[in-house]
Amino acid sequence: MTAKQRTATALIIVLAGLCGAIWAGAPLSAAEIGDPVRGEILYRKCQSCHMVGPDARNRVGPHLNEVFGRAAAELEDYNYSKAMRRAGADGLVWTVEKLDLYIENPKSLVTGTRMAFRGLRDAEERRDLMAYLRTFSGSPRDIPESEPTASPRDPEVDAAILAIQGDPDYGAYLSSECTTCHQASGDDRGIPSIVGWPSGDFVTAMHAYKGKARPHPVMQMIAGRLSNEEIASLAAYFQELQVE
Amino acid sequence: MTIVTRRRLIGGVAATGVLLSAPAVLGQSRPKVVVIGGGAGGATAARYIAKDSKGAIDVTLVEPTRRYYTCFFSNLYMGGFRDFESTGHSYGKLASDYGVNVVHDWAIGVDRDQKSVSLAGGAELSYDRLVLSPGIDFVDGSVAGWSLESQTKMPHAYKGGTQAQLLKAQLDGMPEGGTVVVVAPPNPYRCPPGPYERISMMAHLMKQQNPTAKILVFDPKEKFSKMALFQEAWANHYDGMIEWVGGDFGAVEEVRPDAMEVVVDGEIIKADVCNVIPAMKAGVIAEKAAVTNAKGWCDIVPATLQSRADPNIHVLGDATNNGDMPKSGYSANSQAKACAMAVRAELTGSKAFPPKFSNTCWSLVATDDGVKVGASYEATEEKIAKVDGFISQTGENADLRKQTYEESLGWYAGITSDMFG
Ligand SMILES: Cc1cc2nc3c(=O)[nH]c(=O)nc-3n(C[C@H](O)[C@H](O)[C@H](O)COP(=O)(O)OP(=O)(O)OC[C@H]3O[C@@H](n4cnc5c(N)ncnc54)[C@H](O)[C@@H]3O)c2cc1C
Repeated sequence: MTAKQRTATALIIVLAGLCGAIWAGAPLSAAEIGDPVRGEILYRKCQSCHMVGPDARNRVGPHLNEVFGRAAAELEDYNYSKAMRRAGADGLVWTVEKLDLYIENPKSLVTGTRMAFRGLRDAEERRDLMAYLRTFSGSPRDIPESEPTASPRDPEVDAAILAIQGDPDYGAYLSSECTTCHQASGDDRGIPSIVGWPSGDFVTAMHAYKGKARPHPVMQMIAGRLSNEEIASLAAYFQELQVE
Repeated sequence: MTIVTRRRLIGGVAATGVLLSAPAVLGQSRPKVVVIGGGAGGATAARYIAKDSKGAIDVTLVEPTRRYYTCFFSNLYMGGFRDFESTGHSYGKLASDYGVNVVHDWAIGVDRDQKSVSLAGGAELSYDRLVLSPGIDFVDGSVAGWSLESQTKMPHAYKGGTQAQLLKAQLDGMPEGGTVVVVAPPNPYRCPPGPYERISMMAHLMKQQNPTAKILVFDPKEKFSKMALFQEAWANHYDGMIEWVGGDFGAVEEVRPDAMEVVVDGEIIKADVCNVIPAMKAGVIAEKAAVTNAKGWCDIVPATLQSRADPNIHVLGDATNNGDMPKSGYSANSQAKACAMAVRAELTGSKAFPPKFSNTCWSLVATDDGVKVGASYEATEEKIAKVDGFISQTGENADLRKQTYEESLGWYAGITSDMFG
């Protein structure tokens, strides 16, 4: 065993011990899990899909307020994958230990999860991230005021545009322009996955590119020439698509 | 003479074709599509036609190699950022998951009247629609003294496979402080930023293992793709290593592969490694099918990629003279989808929508330093015309450049799974 491996093993043992303590007795404070300040930076990897904080709502992924102690697939107003609902029914609860496993490699804990995230391999990074999330559980005590600039919001899209019913077949044809870069398998190396997105989020994001509120030049170009109907059709198609 | 005969023949067949075409398509069990070339254009077209017709069209892909090594990212291999095998892809899934009949052979002739393709192995394949995506071949004599026989001494490394390995081995084996000469191609050619990304990657490699080496570039062009971005990178990362000579002064009079010499403006330059990228034309099978124009490229109908010379043949990718789209893997993949939709519409009556074309070319200029250029296009009557575009800026910060590089890794994974399933 190298020194590094030894430390890692030691940490896992400590962590396992802590987990036993958490839900049995007094909950851990954030600082006992890891460094929430570093965790906030790591959280940027999550924020394109998940919201957390005072006005967090479900987006591509469920909001993460009060995630500790929550049963898998518990939120009523979020459309979970079949796999996640099955895990919830089987009794999966988000403890520090389970969340740690999930963040390390989502698909190894919940095969078939729609969360297209490759995972954080570094144990310390996972603890820091969980420490940050911990500050949003056990509310209202721990919820800090969110900074107005912390999580930039996309401009609101007109209700009439959001209400357009897209044609998923047309979306399937249009999607071939997307799959040159965004993989249909949901893999997200270097380029985010767009598989299984709720259509409202999809439409909002595409209009944010079209209006150049989001900065990416390739996406501004692609979205820039899509009509409202075309965006709705793509949204309808990608919402239905399941991770392979 | 041959051309006249061919025209007359086609004319004659066209007349009876009116009677024959309907039963010919309806009478047989499934309409047949033959795709020649399993690269960025051909593999994508075969996959999309098979996938979206759900078995209603019989798709055969003819490609001599069993593994396709992408030219894209071959420069990253040259720079030591990827291993060679990671640029290879098999046709296994096209056959097993999409039902494409993959035939590993060369197409050596196209009989447009009989609508059949002959293969080097002797087989004949008949088609209702032929898709040609053969990539490029080199123009004989465009660099005096160089021919295909010289490619082991002075590699082009501009087609996928062993040529890239050869050039890399030569660079790795170069004596300390040696000279690399790159002979850049005239327009139009595949991958406009390709030679310059390669020069960046050669310099990166030399900086690691042979820092006193020099790279001399002779270029018949006054300017090239992403020029300001490349020149910025060369000054920032490889100061003093690269000398680029362009325009009239960059014209090479002759190369002498046996002596490893390059003659420019009367001066004889000794090279330790010489990468000659000659002038290009459409892959020769397009010539044999007589669908090329006087300049050696294939004129196409923009919306469907049908050859202007024969509506039963569609041409994709580098082989086309399409208007504004550059010859890139991204473009070929984009055109293939428009073509697949048109072919299905013609053979099965499925719906055809107006095509959308786009392209982005990422280039890696140094570690974690990526740049990109791209545009969207639409089909007009006359050509595939540019609608809108963007390009990376000089002086961008390191975070953005790194993100651009990481994005290119995502694109590579995306396009190769879009081609091969
Ligand atoms: C160094 C370099 C870097 C590049 N980088 C990029 C990049 O970063 N991004 C990008 O988008 N593009 C890049 N490209 C360009 C890209 O490789 C080509 O534009 C793309 O491959 C064109 O696709 P195609 O289908 O026209 O031809 P190809 O991909 O070349 O495919 C043609 C296929 O046809 C086969 N073939 C030819 N003749 C016959 C025949 N008679 N019978 C049967 N089969 C035949 C060949 O074996 C080949 O597999 C790069 C190119 C080079 C050289």
